[in-house]
Amino acid sequence: MSNKVIYAIYNDDDILMDAVKKTRAAHHHIEEVFTPFPVHGLDKAMGLAPTRLAICAFIYGLCGLSFGTWMMNYIMIQDWPQDIGGKPSFSYIDNMPAFVPIMFEETVFFAAHLMVITFYMRSRLWPFKEAENPDVRTTDDHFLMEVAVNGNEEELVSFFEGTGAVEVKVIEKH
Amino acid sequence: MYTFSSKLKTFSFILMAVGLLGIGYGFLTAPKDIQEVEKILAADAHGSHHEAGSESEGSHTVSATAKIKAEAEHTEHLTHVLHQLQNKPWSALYVACIFFMLLSLGTLAFYAIQQVAQAGWSPVLFRVMQGITAYLPVGSVIFFLFLVLCGLHFNHLFIWLDPEVVAHDKIIANKSGYLNFPFWIVRAGVFLLGWNAYRYFSRKNCLAQDESDDNSFYKKNFNISAMFLVFFIVTESIMSWDWIMSLDPHWSSTLFGWYVFASFFVSGITMIAMVTIYLKSKGYLENVNSSHIHDLAKFMFGISVFWTYLWFSQFMLIWYANIPEEITYFVMRIQVYNLPFFGAVVMNFLFPVLILINTDFKRITWVLVMAGTVILLGHYVDFFNMIMPGTVGGSWFIGVSEIASVLFFLGLFIFVVFSTLTKAPLLPKRNPYIEESKHFHY
Repeated sequence: MSNKVIYAIYNDDDILMDAVKKTRAAHHHIEEVFTPFPVHGLDKAMGLAPTRLAICAFIYGLCGLSFGTWMMNYIMIQDWPQDIGGKPSFSYIDNMPAFVPIMFEETVFFAAHLMVITFYMRSRLWPFKEAENPDVRTTDDHFLMEVAVNGNEEELVSFFEGTGAVEVKVIEKH
Repeated sequence: MYTFSSKLKTFSFILMAVGLLGIGYGFLTAPKDIQEVEKILAADAHGSHHEAGSESEGSHTVSATAKIKAEAEHTEHLTHVLHQLQNKPWSALYVACIFFMLLSLGTLAFYAIQQVAQAGWSPVLFRVMQGITAYLPVGSVIFFLFLVLCGLHFNHLFIWLDPEVVAHDKIIANKSGYLNFPFWIVRAGVFLLGWNAYRYFSRKNCLAQDESDDNSFYKKNFNISAMFLVFFIVTESIMSWDWIMSLDPHWSSTLFGWYVFASFFVSGITMIAMVTIYLKSKGYLENVNSSHIHDLAKFMFGISVFWTYLWFSQFMLIWYANIPEEITYFVMRIQVYNLPFFGAVVMNFLFPVLILINTDFKRITWVLVMAGTVILLGHYVDFFNMIMPGTVGGSWFIGVSEIASVLFFLGLFIFVVFSTLTKAPLLPKRNPYIEESKHFHY
């Protein structure tokens, strides 16, 4: 099996969107699209599944809420229920208003940070990671669509030239 | 053009008729003197009275003076309860009256904000908002008459209106420079006139813009909306002191105005969403899509959280410091109004947050109708909590008077709002943002 891919390079996001739709209609498999900025509707045009990051964040928030509640209950009510300025430390609910700011902040803290870390892990981003840029111009003003080559190479190249690409390259991938 | 369906019209008339009957029943069954109160109390609490009776029988040696003193205390207690029970139908009317009036004021504030912010999504909803704010003039008149009746001593809701009370109460007497009937009623008149004037001219300009060939009316509306918002935020704050906080004239809170604002603002937005969903389901709003509904749902969600933030801030600051003259407000509400007090938080925060956090749910009609119903009921309970403890105290009950008052004003509200919706096309024609709004997509 060949490891050849086509790099179709565009210099306008509208042309890119049209090309993506045509490519999908022609049933060519799009491996990846590189853009210098978010192109609205690109994920829908490519048929990508919606992200579940928000669901993760909600669950992380619940974890944070539980952690905050457990922590304040253990420290302030169970472990050493001191009388501090007449605050009622008899049960958690008695003194709950005082704990709400902490519970709230823990919820936000867990939801935000764990969601960001999840994002980094899922998108494989970390310091010293080697950039996966197929063409340096894609970070500046060019858009690149990578499509696997199966079958007739010439036909594919001419197909992508017909979609308004400024440049079509066939690359052997390791 | 919208046509008021005869079914809905009949429904609103039935609501008003049933409401009126219930309100009348409430006033007729309110006790007239302390003998009646004694009977009611005896019927209410067999056990406790029996105990008290046997105790006094056992202690024959009670001196005559003590007996007279006890008698006097008992009479005083009965008079106290009598006032509360006589206030009950008035308070029920007051809560429903102010709730619906402020709800349409909240819609008006939202509408003005949309104008000033030059929002690109909402112009297709402007006529719906104008329909809802059409209740404001009607509600204002009824509300103002109610305040006048208070001043003419038909009821005892605002105790500082009673010269007897003021004479014996130094705290209230010291506030009489602000809390006196002429100043209070003039303030109310100015506020209501100001809000209604904005509503009137804004609607007029919006209709004139449809026929015009430039944007001058749109610009006029922009300017008066900006001026209204400045006027609104000042008057809203003072209004909340005058009409709600002064029911507890010994208590004060600085963020009260914002708290009241958040409560009726979210109710107004919810009402916009509900009316929009209704009209859409009847096929009248072809340019409103699920993204518009989604945006309204986001506002319902966000402002519900904002209300909770203020509710909690007010409660927690006072609970934490526990200063006697401030804490009584919440002691009363927690001990006597426990379920409505905490139930309001569940209905106005927990429920909407858990339901409306989901993006997909914000586009599902029945989910929104359910969430909206709970939010509106929750904010009715919120106003109930703010008003009732100061007027009826421990004698509260959600009974005929309360439900009938809500039904009456709901019927009136439906009648006025949907009558107004028939008077102009539901789509503004020449609004500069109308095209953007028609194609709004989120």
